[in-house]
Amino acid sequence: MSLGPHLLLALMEGTVAAFVLALTALGLALVFGVMRIVNVAHGEFFMLGAVFAWAFAHLAGSPALGFLAATIASPIIVGGAALAIDRLILRRFNYQPEATIVATIGLLYIIQQLVLIFYGPDARSVEPPINFRIQLPWFGYSGYKVVVAGVAALLLLATWYGIARTKLGLVMRATQFDSETAQAFGIPVDRVYAAVFVLGAMLAAIAGVLIVPIKQAYYLMGLDPLLLSFIVVIIGGLGSLRGAVIAAFVIGISDGVISVFFSPNLSKILATLLVALVLVFRPEGLFGGKAR
Amino acid sequence: MDGSQDRALALHGGALVILFALQFVLPPYHHTNFTGIMVLATYGIGYNILIGYTGLLSLGHAMFFAAGLYAAGLTVHYFSIDPVSAFIFGAAAGLVFATAVGLVALRTAGVSFMIVTMMFSQACFLLILYFNDVTRGDEGIVLSEAARQVGSFSLIDPNVRYNLALALFAGALILCFILIRSRVGRVLVAIRENEDRVKMLGYHTFRYKLLALALSGLLSGAAGAAYALLFGYVGATFASIEYSIYVLLWVLLGGSGTILGPIVGALLMFYLVEWTSEVTESYRIVVGAALVLLTLFFPKGVLGTLREKRLRWLP
Repeated sequence: MSLGPHLLLALMEGTVAAFVLALTALGLALVFGVMRIVNVAHGEFFMLGAVFAWAFAHLAGSPALGFLAATIASPIIVGGAALAIDRLILRRFNYQPEATIVATIGLLYIIQQLVLIFYGPDARSVEPPINFRIQLPWFGYSGYKVVVAGVAALLLLATWYGIARTKLGLVMRATQFDSETAQAFGIPVDRVYAAVFVLGAMLAAIAGVLIVPIKQAYYLMGLDPLLLSFIVVIIGGLGSLRGAVIAAFVIGISDGVISVFFSPNLSKILATLLVALVLVFRPEGLFGGKAR
Repeated sequence: MDGSQDRALALHGGALVILFALQFVLPPYHHTNFTGIMVLATYGIGYNILIGYTGLLSLGHAMFFAAGLYAAGLTVHYFSIDPVSAFIFGAAAGLVFATAVGLVALRTAGVSFMIVTMMFSQACFLLILYFNDVTRGDEGIVLSEAARQVGSFSLIDPNVRYNLALALFAGALILCFILIRSRVGRVLVAIRENEDRVKMLGYHTFRYKLLALALSGLLSGAAGAAYALLFGYVGATFASIEYSIYVLLWVLLGGSGTILGPIVGALLMFYLVEWTSEVTESYRIVVGAALVLLTLFFPKGVLGTLREKRLRWLP
């Protein structure tokens, strides 16, 4: 393959990865934006989504149907787990930032170990539910990946609509702006926090489900999306949803291109250097406001 | 205050004397464990200066430990320099590297600092894998016995190793003790309690935080260099996120902001993991559960709780 088509392929791969990354990072940014906490176990929700998707596809009679069921069921299960974590752990120390970080690191280990026990150390793949190839003049491209990008785009739009245009979104934004005043105006801040934490986990889980037919489900797969999401939210500005999505495309696409032409490790190293550069010139990130 | 000063001196001196005496009674297996734990506790003391006394939560300290480890290990392996110079070089590498990282990472505040340090550390881990030809990545490098010879002492000899590890730990402990008794140490604690107020009093808090990070990197790098030289192995595992998390766990378990906390935490955790590994292979669940339970029920750690309840004078 000559350079042109090769670059096109790399860009397409990068774009698909960027959509998935945007979903994951949006979940992280949303949780930070509203609740002011960093969820270090965010990548594990992604991994759980992927593992449940494998389980459904494997247990159901037809893999395709099982996978479709998983796109609904898997985020719901992960959301339930997130709700339990929120109620049983995070709320008990009142979402104190440092304690949350330590506790979610602990959860990261616990979730990994549980998956290791019940699912095993192997990486397992799932057949894509749809199997057609888009034939370009130079190469064929998996139709499933295009569908992934489309679904992710729809979900991003839906999340944006939910936050910007609905009552629930308004309540969320009010809580983000000033949780004490929101509480004083009768907003159940406590329940808003739970909802946001569950929503953030579900976004990661859906991203995990979508990725299984492309990559494999593996108990340590959560670290990469976590670190990429961190890079994205720092570049975009912690708490800025728009910044997270834009940065996800910059990082996702460049990651795709550099991974194809050089090595995936090099691309992560360069992305980290980019973070350092952003911090030198704009410590609050590209779209972040000054911390209040 | 004088009485408490004496008691604190007696306690920490006593701890060092006990560690010295233990080498004559410990069976060989635990003898080696203690050597390792003292080196890792030195790393913990370095970490504690940052999290315990300055209030900065880093999740990337493995990069400073690895900087010392690789600076010492690679120079011994490739340039056959003597272990003493290699150790000094390793400690200096930790110091310089921490200062460089601090100049960028300390521009952020609060949780961003933790995210940025974690990212940088992971980038270092990937760099080590990327330069596989030099570092041999995950597989690592075993340092030859001939290279680990200082004068007539061999670093293979368990007794030499134990006492060198003890000397390192004692040095770190004394440095930490002096630091927190000094004016600078008080400013660091004040930054932990309320940075804005310290700023308003006219202190350049950035410089103090950078100093704390540099000292923390120095001790972490020294511990890494000692680990490479004493145990003769250099590998990428030590740069992984796990080693940043372990040190956090040791310090929190022992009691963040207490001088002896890191070694208490490292000891407890080492034997807890070992004891449970007889029952189950699942060390992750032990580490994870310890972290969650600590935040829920025991946020001040062993010595922190002791200080709150009984020993108010504990530094």
